[in-house]
Amino acid sequence: MPSQLTRAGLWLLLICMLLAVPHGLSFSQQEILVFLTINVLVVTSYRLLALTGEWSLGHVVIMGVGAYASALASKELGIAVPVAMITGALTAALVAFGLSYPLFRMKGFYFLIGSFAAGEIIRLLWKRFRDPFGGPKGIKKIEPMPDFDIVIWRFDFFEPVSYYYFCLVVVGLSLWIMWRIEKSPLGLTFHAIHWQDKLAESAGINVRAYKTLAFVIASGFSGLAGALLAHYIGTINPNSFDLEQMVFVLTWTIVGGTATFFGPILGCAALVILNEIVLREFGFEQGRPLIYGFVLILSVLFLPRGLEGLLQDFTGALRGRGRQGSRQ
Amino acid sequence: MNVTSSILSVRDLGMSFGGVKAVDGLSLSVERGAIHGLIGPNGAGKTTTFNVISGYYTPSEGEVLFQGDRISGLPMYEVARRGVVRTFQHSTLFAEMTVLENALVGTHLAHRPKLAAAVAGLDKRDRNAALEKARAALDYFGLLSTADSRAGDLSHGHQRALGLAVAMASGPEVLLLDEPFTGMNPEETRTMMGLMEKLRDSGRTILIVEHDMRAIMGLCDRITVMNFGKLLTHGRPHEIRSHPEVISAYLGSARNVA
Repeated sequence: MPSQLTRAGLWLLLICMLLAVPHGLSFSQQEILVFLTINVLVVTSYRLLALTGEWSLGHVVIMGVGAYASALASKELGIAVPVAMITGALTAALVAFGLSYPLFRMKGFYFLIGSFAAGEIIRLLWKRFRDPFGGPKGIKKIEPMPDFDIVIWRFDFFEPVSYYYFCLVVVGLSLWIMWRIEKSPLGLTFHAIHWQDKLAESAGINVRAYKTLAFVIASGFSGLAGALLAHYIGTINPNSFDLEQMVFVLTWTIVGGTATFFGPILGCAALVILNEIVLREFGFEQGRPLIYGFVLILSVLFLPRGLEGLLQDFTGALRGRGRQGSRQ
Repeated sequence: MNVTSSILSVRDLGMSFGGVKAVDGLSLSVERGAIHGLIGPNGAGKTTTFNVISGYYTPSEGEVLFQGDRISGLPMYEVARRGVVRTFQHSTLFAEMTVLENALVGTHLAHRPKLAAAVAGLDKRDRNAALEKARAALDYFGLLSTADSRAGDLSHGHQRALGLAVAMASGPEVLLLDEPFTGMNPEETRTMMGLMEKLRDSGRTILIVEHDMRAIMGLCDRITVMNFGKLLTHGRPHEIRSHPEVISAYLGSARNVA
């Protein structure tokens, strides 16, 4: 058990590293870092729903709902960008709440397919209605985050470094909230529903209500990630949130492992680094789906507990405690 | 029968699956503070009755009353909220969670998790009270020393006891136990019987479904016997033991033996 002091020291070190990272990178790598930070929020929120045992194929579309809502709020209604982002998150949560009514009549595989269908309906609505969604071309020239100064640092949000710091704060805060939820009795309730929904119900847990709650919270944070993305790249269209993106999110989550909070983050970071740094160096980035498929199969075969399992074994060996028990 | 002392009653209950009538016109009444056994040969409809009472099924006919209120047709979590909590056959537990976490899930009703308070860390009192209640439930069933082990790693007898502890942690008026003695050795059965008597003496009402007659006879105050979905008879253990129809239902009648 590390003492309070060493733990604080480790956090400080991590924060310093996160702050220092972009300064050693090229411009395009800095941009990738911004996307990586946003995707960390996507996979972590995805895991929150997975805690209840349900896997959705609509998570990326819900992220898109946040992106569209935030973009439209700032463009059409003239709402300030930070407020628009919160509007986007709330809209995504609200849409999820509406979807939960039909979707949670199903569970397991049926829920998976149902969530995919629901997501496709939303995407088709974006394509069909040119006003206000812009049809297949989507929305362009989305308001960027307005610049501001904090003491000596000028936040110019066309600079990826500035936007990275902004994302770091937003994503960090969101992760903290989700961490607190998981470690609370609420998280225990989600776990209970995952492992034995009938027993949970006999203990007085309204299973459907708690699944809905997990879905709504996860979708809210996913929508926030979408909003962060929209105001950075400045243009979104229905294909930015298609099944291919969803498969990437799934791959990150599965390769990372879902037993711990950090698993999906680990998976996301490892695969993005593999993809963007290594493959791009060799001019092979078109092979991303191929490589992802390969990595997914390898990890299912040889790392059933995901990268987090590997890390647990490693830290366990370091501490001389041997293997830690896993939940999977 | 004295109606005022009955806490749970079933009236003209019918349950059909397709064309099959699993339960047909069953009525029974459970007295407050008693251990009531529901027995019968395989296929008599005991488990179906049990599932209707606990809210797992909605009955096709009739109703279930708890303290005078109709609870049939309510979802299972709502039945639990009213104070009727069931256990499951076999070792149905949150096997991947620790023993203490299992018991904590049982305290859900008394300490509902609250989102905002949980994030802000303002639910310390609720959490501590839940922890205390969970520990008390484990202590009651002699499981406190195993609090940190994985529930799935416990011995069979301990897993059964934990199932009871989870149900008890929610503070029910009536406990519904689904075949609690299945797969137990005589020693475990004896321990379990002791636990149930202890529960009754603390004022709980217990309804047990079981097809093993021996454990039931020594434990129950009242017994209801079912056969082919219908009420066969009810009474005290010594009345049931010598009842000719019960004997023939279990052993087959003289005609069939030949």
